[in-house]
Amino acid sequence: MATLDIHPQTTTHHDDHGHDHEHHGNFWTNYVFSEDHKVIAKQFLITGMAWALIGGILSVLFRLQLGFPEANLSWLRPILGGWLTPEGKIDPEFYLALVTMHGTIMVFFVLTAGLSGTFSNFLIPLQIGARDMASGFMNMLSYWFFFASSVIMFTSLFISTGPASGGWVIYPPLSALPQAMQGSGLGMTLWLVAMALFIVSSLLGGINYITTVINLRTKGMSFTKLPLTIWAFFFTAIIGVLSFPVLFAAALLLIFDRSFGTSFYLSDIYIGGEALPNQGGSPILFQHLFWFLGHPEVYIVLLPALGITSEIIATNSRKPIFGYKAMVGSMLFIAILSFVVWAHHMFVTGMNPFLGSIFTLLTLIIAVPSAVKIFNYVTTLWKGNIRFTAAMLFSIGLVSFFLTGGITGIFLGNSAIDIQLHDTYFVVAIFTW
Amino acid sequence: MSLIIGLGVVLVLAILYLIFRIGNLVELVKGKKDDVSSWNTANAYLLMLFMIVSLVSFVWYSVVHFDSYNLPVASEHGALTDYLFWITMAVTVVAFVIITIAMFWFTFKYRYQEGRKASFVSDDHRLEIIWTVIPAIVLALLIFSGLRAWNDITGPASKDAVVIELIGQQFLWTARYPGVKDSQLGKHNYKMIDASNEFGLDLSDKNTFDDFKSLELHLPKGKEVQLMIRAKDVLHSVFLPHFRVKMDAAPGMHTTFKFIPTKSTADMREETGNPNFNYEMACTEICGRGHFSMRFPVFVHDTVEDYEKWMASQEAWLKQNPEYLQRVPPALREAAMIKAGIPADSEAAIMASPVTVTAKFK
Ligand SMILES: [Cu+2]
Ligand SMILES: [Cu+2]
Repeated sequence: MATLDIHPQTTTHHDDHGHDHEHHGNFWTNYVFSEDHKVIAKQFLITGMAWALIGGILSVLFRLQLGFPEANLSWLRPILGGWLTPEGKIDPEFYLALVTMHGTIMVFFVLTAGLSGTFSNFLIPLQIGARDMASGFMNMLSYWFFFASSVIMFTSLFISTGPASGGWVIYPPLSALPQAMQGSGLGMTLWLVAMALFIVSSLLGGINYITTVINLRTKGMSFTKLPLTIWAFFFTAIIGVLSFPVLFAAALLLIFDRSFGTSFYLSDIYIGGEALPNQGGSPILFQHLFWFLGHPEVYIVLLPALGITSEIIATNSRKPIFGYKAMVGSMLFIAILSFVVWAHHMFVTGMNPFLGSIFTLLTLIIAVPSAVKIFNYVTTLWKGNIRFTAAMLFSIGLVSFFLTGGITGIFLGNSAIDIQLHDTYFVVAIFTW
Repeated sequence: MSLIIGLGVVLVLAILYLIFRIGNLVELVKGKKDDVSSWNTANAYLLMLFMIVSLVSFVWYSVVHFDSYNLPVASEHGALTDYLFWITMAVTVVAFVIITIAMFWFTFKYRYQEGRKASFVSDDHRLEIIWTVIPAIVLALLIFSGLRAWNDITGPASKDAVVIELIGQQFLWTARYPGVKDSQLGKHNYKMIDASNEFGLDLSDKNTFDDFKSLELHLPKGKEVQLMIRAKDVLHSVFLPHFRVKMDAAPGMHTTFKFIPTKSTADMREETGNPNFNYEMACTEICGRGHFSMRFPVFVHDTVEDYEKWMASQEAWLKQNPEYLQRVPPALREAAMIKAGIPADSEAAIMASPVTVTAKFK
């Protein structure tokens, strides 16, 4: 994903710092429980980078096992201890735990909180000419909820039954029944608690970003002049605020099923030599709720990067972005469509095939605004005077990435082709992109 | 060996870094007026190099390793979805190559040059309409052909299709066949599952009597097969890669998939030149620690007759577990014994018949 050198902005707004120092808070109010958007952005950045490192290490571990299935990994025993089998292979259940936690960490903690938390907080006030966020206090809470969530999720890596292991999509009944796998015990409980706090954090942040963009723009900064970066953050925040509560609901119902004997997702289960009393629930219901967030989440992750890229490419080509209105329009169109395509993750779950047709149609339509964005990036480069700064190189890389990832989506979005590709490494590859 | 290569790479990187440092120092000494790095042109060339190397290796490995990612297809609808896959591949590769070349070429051609000004181009409605409409038309065609195939694949199975039930559980598959006498799968209820009655057969339904269990999926070549899929505990997913079949197995619901196998196991052994070739079914939904090992052997008979012969040679589940005769309602027991092929003078038959038992003790 694109990164951005944030130092130039810090220096241009040096006079802001002068103001801050007049308040003379102590260390705690200035750097820990700060309400200053720049400090909060840095807090998100540091925490997000720590998570990226952890998520990266987890992926190296399971890819070692995947890439070299015959290898003896006993040299990892000092780190993994009992999670290695006597033959030096990663324990199958821990392997699933690594995959699950890698997915959760990368999608939510790095690419949602780390990305939006850092750049929306840092850039929104600076780019729209506001003093700070609409509510500095909520902004601070947003970080600390994220921090609490991070602590709980991190702790779950070290418990004796292992962290959540049912995949980052935590499909029940696997995630609902502790007797189905170890990781569905305490590890899953901690996962759910951490995600609940995470969702609160991202709602607090999102509401703040939306309010700030709508109300605190400086004189003359009309919506039609808003930088594309801010447009992207704005759409991202709206998508997040509308879709995260649905995941919250799904998680809540799952907690009920796990702890209070309800049957929202469970029915006709025989496990561990015993027939469970639950009847009438549907595991598919969870998948609908999960992907109602899960698909928009793709754009929560992607849009900020696209927005930042728009401006980096324009600046370093020394040209205005080509087709500003088309860029905003296509982001709006993508944001709307992102809410009506979720079931393309469920073509082979036994869902009504007619629904599958509708979701194929809507999903493939997204390729049109995406193509428009790519053409506009390429045209912005045309007849420019291009400077290859680090940010520019990353942005060119992102456009190329977006092209590859978008194209594979045309395969997966087509239900007939998806029959073969669903749940395979084809999908893992597009997600990793 | 790899150590030497590693060291070599590190050395080359170190040298590059030193050259870069020297370049910077020279710049400082010269007192360059523009803020553009002296590496700007080098970057432009590197990007070009990157594009050429990537595109060439993309084509190279796609061609050389074709056999390692292209699985032979063995079902009727599979040929169709493969065709759609390759059509989509053709369309997207053309788009990909054109856009990639354009993008990298622009970055190269319009790299920073002293004294040149970027042109002011901010909009061109005609151009934008063209590149909105063209992808829209191409996608409409892809959607149309995809949906036609999807409707055929998911449509109802024909009446004379062979029905087979697949049941997933942690961590094995079992298949239940309807039996040759009635060709109907009997009812089941998860509350009746126990150590022997793993299907949860409801023995008050007479269609269960001749159902039999198989630890191998047998299919006829050239006849429509309808899989009825369910799970006992958590989600699993039926994946028959050669037949391009995939459908989740979920507890509490039935899912189905219909298809026509077009190549028998023998055909496939000939085609692949591997006398040990066997079809295989895998689980493709994370289901717990044994997920990776949840496989199921598949055998496709050369003819429907062969398949029926195999069916006829299988023993009914009830015959293998005759003690369950006692769970059959008394009025149906005789029918059950005939259907399952349990001899009337066998121990289980006598045990299950209260009339004979009392007669004996008198
Ligand atoms: Cu999606
Ligand atoms: Cu599985």
